[in-house]
Amino acid sequence: MSLKERLESGEFVVVAELQAPKGNDLSEIFKNAELLKGQVDAVNVPDLQNAIMRLGSLSVCALLKAKGMEVIYNLSCSHRNRLALQSELLNASALGLKNVLILQGDHPSIGDHFEAQPVFDLDVMGLLGVAKRLQEGHDLMGNDLQGKPRFCIGTMVNATTKGSVLDREVMDVEKKIQSGVDFFFTGSVYDVSLLETFVKRVSHFKVPIIVSITLLKSVGMARYVDKHVEGASIPDSIIDKLMKASDKREASIEIAGDLMKELRPLCQGVQIIPIGWENLIPSLLAQVGL
Amino acid sequence: MIVGERKPFDEIKEMMKGFKKVLNVGCGGCTSICMAGGQKEVGTLNEELQNAFKQEGVPFQIDGFTIERQCNADFYSELDEIARDYDALLSMACGAGVQFLADRYPQKPVFPALNTVFIGVDRDIGWFEENCRSCRECVLGETAGICPVTRCAKSLFNGPCGGTSREGKCEVNKDIPCAWFEIHKRLKEQNRLENILKFKPAREWRNQTVGSLVQEAFKKRYAK
Repeated sequence: MSLKERLESGEFVVVAELQAPKGNDLSEIFKNAELLKGQVDAVNVPDLQNAIMRLGSLSVCALLKAKGMEVIYNLSCSHRNRLALQSELLNASALGLKNVLILQGDHPSIGDHFEAQPVFDLDVMGLLGVAKRLQEGHDLMGNDLQGKPRFCIGTMVNATTKGSVLDREVMDVEKKIQSGVDFFFTGSVYDVSLLETFVKRVSHFKVPIIVSITLLKSVGMARYVDKHVEGASIPDSIIDKLMKASDKREASIEIAGDLMKELRPLCQGVQIIPIGWENLIPSLLAQVGL
Repeated sequence: MIVGERKPFDEIKEMMKGFKKVLNVGCGGCTSICMAGGQKEVGTLNEELQNAFKQEGVPFQIDGFTIERQCNADFYSELDEIARDYDALLSMACGAGVQFLADRYPQKPVFPALNTVFIGVDRDIGWFEENCRSCRECVLGETAGICPVTRCAKSLFNGPCGGTSREGKCEVNKDIPCAWFEIHKRLKEQNRLENILKFKPAREWRNQTVGSLVQEAFKKRYAK
């Protein structure tokens, strides 16, 4: 079943993020994909995440699809102008890729080529509009296309905000839905109460929300994420649990499993971000019965 | 105001190599106001250059002359006479002024002593802040007087990215307020939040082609 069909039928979906290599050696990502085949419903491949130069989402997705995986191709506004963005969407369609996660993208100044010119010719709303237009058979300038691509479009939302930032985020969700979004991915969630507040505010839109969980590999990483990753505040109880654990891997999986059980009634899927611990995903899924 | 800053001294000195008699042309407009290229700065730079070449034993003469505005031909008549006697011209105007000077004297090598930095405002004495990218499509009426092109690192038009910190700062630099955080805050105070619910279509980035403008009242005058 495709991701779109699963989402439409209301099924809970499990996605794993697989990072493309910095280089053209695909052996590791292929090994991890093989490990996850049949375990997850789709694999999500980021596009120049954190503005770090690496192999692109497009080629990795096309190659994984050829191996029978359901994939989510990522396209961000950071590094391409509107010609390139539209062409990339047509490339994706020509290669048979249907699921597209459209992102604002990271500013080059935070990446490994920090002197690069940021592009942002279109913003995420503009690119969502472009995807909608292409599916209607026209490009951004209104020119007719030969053939209409078909996509299942997702975008990101920050689901763990509070106060006025939450108000703004809810407005943002509404605006994105008007631009034809089929599903949302959230940033990493560790505080379920924050997600609950968010879900209450947006549930009437009835658009599937897939919640991300990044595996916490160490106390240091947890503290860093808590302090520096926007929207990802980590409750002290989680950091304590990780600190006291003799086996960090086991504790990390237990934390992620507990979160997944708590999150499940609030969303329509999870994305597991393993950052190198891809081999632990099957045991995590077994733990939560997915 | 256009804000400029003086180039590193060694870079300016390198440009002057091989010339024996140079005129440093200051500008009494924006770069004078932002304390980078007025009469006083011309004098300071000339003294530094003169001393540096003197120490190396290289014959070098540099004089200064500041005109009211380097971007307007009306102020050039006196300079036309003076400039004839020099091998090269150094300009302490903005990029527009430097080009205007170079166009006026196409036979003479012209060099910029400043980097033109931005269009901005005075925050305090000697402290300037960028506020406008002259994008030719002002949206300030909809964004509570806060420019998303200039003050958002990604120049976004439809709300913030995911990088706004809990304190409302930009992910690119924690000292810079997130423009969209500020826009949202101010529009909320003005009870005009519906402004940012509107979808802003893809922008026309026309400022990448050379601009030319004749004000409406003067169109007849310049009609071909």
